[in-house]
Amino acid sequence: MAEQENFQKRSFELSMLIYDTRYRSTSIQVIALLIFFSFVVWLINNTAANMAVSGKDIDFSFLFNQSGYDINQKFLEYNSQSTHLRAAVLGVMNTLVLSAMGCITATILGVIVGIARLSKNWIVSRIMAVYIEIFRNVPLLLWIILVMAVTVESFPRPNAFRGADPSATMKLFDSVALTNRGIYLPEPLFSKGLGDIALFSNSFSISLDLMVILFVLISSILCIKKIKKRASRIQEATGERPTTWYWVISVLVIPTFIVLVILGFYLGYPELKGFNFKGGIQLRNSLIALWVALSLYTSAFIAEIVRAGILAVSSGQSEAASALGMRPNRIMSLVILPQAMRVIVPPLISHYLSLTKNSSLAIAVGYMDVTGTLMGITLNQTGRELETLLLGMSIYLCISLMISSVVNWYNKKNDLVGR
Amino acid sequence: MKNVLYVRKEMLAEQSPPPSSIGAVGWIKQNLFNGWFNSILTLISLFLIYSILINLIPWLLSPTWQANSLTECREINNAIKDGGGACWGVITERWPQFIFGFYTRDEIWRPVLVFLFLLITIAPVLIDWLPRKLLLLLVVFPYVAVWLLWGGPVWSPLVSFLGLLLGYCTWHFLKPTANTGGAVGHVQLLSKHPFILVIMTIAIPIVWWSFLATPLSNSLTDIFPWGLKVLPSRNFGGLLLSLTIGVTAIFFSLPLGVLLALGRQSDLLIVKVLCVWFIEFIRGVPLITLLFVASTLLNIFMPPGTNFDIILRVVIMVTLFSAAYLAEVVRGGLAGLDTGQYEGANALGFSYWKAQRLIIMPQALKISIPGIVSTFIGIFKDTTLVSVIGLMDPLGLTTAIRADMAWNGVYWEINIFVAVLFFVFCFSMSRYSMYLERKLQKKN
Repeated sequence: MAEQENFQKRSFELSMLIYDTRYRSTSIQVIALLIFFSFVVWLINNTAANMAVSGKDIDFSFLFNQSGYDINQKFLEYNSQSTHLRAAVLGVMNTLVLSAMGCITATILGVIVGIARLSKNWIVSRIMAVYIEIFRNVPLLLWIILVMAVTVESFPRPNAFRGADPSATMKLFDSVALTNRGIYLPEPLFSKGLGDIALFSNSFSISLDLMVILFVLISSILCIKKIKKRASRIQEATGERPTTWYWVISVLVIPTFIVLVILGFYLGYPELKGFNFKGGIQLRNSLIALWVALSLYTSAFIAEIVRAGILAVSSGQSEAASALGMRPNRIMSLVILPQAMRVIVPPLISHYLSLTKNSSLAIAVGYMDVTGTLMGITLNQTGRELETLLLGMSIYLCISLMISSVVNWYNKKNDLVGR
Repeated sequence: MKNVLYVRKEMLAEQSPPPSSIGAVGWIKQNLFNGWFNSILTLISLFLIYSILINLIPWLLSPTWQANSLTECREINNAIKDGGGACWGVITERWPQFIFGFYTRDEIWRPVLVFLFLLITIAPVLIDWLPRKLLLLLVVFPYVAVWLLWGGPVWSPLVSFLGLLLGYCTWHFLKPTANTGGAVGHVQLLSKHPFILVIMTIAIPIVWWSFLATPLSNSLTDIFPWGLKVLPSRNFGGLLLSLTIGVTAIFFSLPLGVLLALGRQSDLLIVKVLCVWFIEFIRGVPLITLLFVASTLLNIFMPPGTNFDIILRVVIMVTLFSAAYLAEVVRGGLAGLDTGQYEGANALGFSYWKAQRLIIMPQALKISIPGIVSTFIGIFKDTTLVSVIGLMDPLGLTTAIRADMAWNGVYWEINIFVAVLFFVFCFSMSRYSMYLERKLQKKN
């Protein structure tokens, strides 16, 4: 006791800042903060000096100037008179569309490959192993360039579709044209459409037809959930599950169908006019190349994740389930997958994130994503490296932080509580 | 036991299994044709393999290794059959470029020597029966490699290596040991205040490098002008460039990544926040934007007038990028450790750094080997991105080669060559990590 009092009475010495654990952490943090701030100040000073030398300033008003370049793959109204800001927004949309398409196909492909890799069939599992190793060990950029070469070299030119005896024909009942400029798909059109709503003083418009259809679809899905819940309730009460599949299908299909008929839905087919196809939705071959390459490359990683996730469920689980008399597909869906999902989902989402970031390689094949517009042509035209790169990086940062917050939420929800 | 007629009393002789369930037939039946679904899958797979091979092998085997241009290739191929065949002449002509970049015939010994030295340097890392002392080559290698590749007077790498040596000597000779404790004045001071020693160890080399090294090496060069011809960074290309960027980034990012991971796990709030910001920022943006920063913006952040090499700028960015990813991998390893390990280290009275060095890190790094190696593989693959900012890595070279009139139109051959190049490196890295994992598992 006396010693303790003695200890507390010891007056403060300078050396205690280093040797006393009570003060040491504070002093280390203060030093770290000082170093950090002096580093930041040094950077800002240098930047200011360099900007002054080259006669530049930090100014984002260039975003509202006319861009003067065209974007070939666009999902919004855009022409060379539009502003740099609009070009950037289109770039972000292109990035998001490409990433979403890539994520969906990569997941489907990855799950198939991952399960096939675990197949008892020796030859199938070997082929899948070769697939995985080939795609994982060769750089993505190379795949993108190779697929681009395939689409450019092996698809026919638009003028091959011309004439009485064309060397190329449109596929799928004359609705899809595969050309070396891209793929043309039929586009959904409405003869009695509701028009668009303009937002932000006519700069963006949202199709009302699409909104109505989406609304009907979502409410159908909510109805189906209700039906399923009711079926489960009856099953728990009586032990017998009422058959619901015809209800589900009719609720899903009939309202949407009625809405489509009312709106006068029809498909606008692409047609060869002049030197190129007109009408329909055009997917540029740069988009196709990126989509295919990103999907194949990422699917190899997803396959490994799926495989690891399934292997992580101990074999006792499936043995116990089969001892209870469950059928193999039920074992998969009710016992193994729910447990494997906890292992699979977090790395899966982080691969979605890396797919999104990898979509910035679009610049190598000329697809105009946000790297191509804002950090590519806009940068070169305006010479504002600092502003465009800052803006572009923060856009990617926002996307990444959103995706990683989803991962964190999932982890927190599904974490097994440890010590 | 009662004698019952219908119960057999003696064991029957063991019979061999039916011939259809053993040997090759049994294996095929069990692994390829068990059930109708698997049989169909097997047949489809066999057809797939057959149709790929029947198209690929004649293409691969076209005898065009001596051709001098694409037209010549086509003539050779047309002479044999209907013209479909690879044009390998481009590889025969250009492979030195793909490996060594643009070093001329007289200087090619320099990258060759660097490759050999690299092999010798990483040998003790990979093979554990080699003497451990060889690991010291890791410290020497960067100096030798930089000098050989870029050239310049022999004195600048020597003098700058001397700085490293000075730091080591400070640490080694002033370190208070058990038997000198409390003997001489300065030793007493240092054993009382060990942080002074740490600061001295860091400060002396820095002072040496920033004030003394350049004049000394300059004056030495004036007296003894020995050295190699200075070569510009333009000469870098092909695999040499990829390896330069990849190896340097891997070499420096591992310690940086470990430090970042420790910072992120630490109790010090400010250090933690800084580390988290750094890691999340780097991981949140694509590498290509960081390379844009390297190529256009990094000079703006430096004091006016500095203009340093584009390869160095790229290496810095790739190192930071890889360090952030490694930090997350190592953090996973740290989180995977049992809390008992930390508590045990504390209970034994280990200081923070001692606990990390002797107890935590060896285990955490062992757990995270697969992640670390796959990050390395990712970094090595990502070095191809430098072709976007105009450097001549293997992928950038393919564009340059197609710009040549003789080879305009050669696509597959060079891309496949580059793909094989990368595949060999990445695949062997991943196999090695599996081997290492198994080996470390056996030890326990």
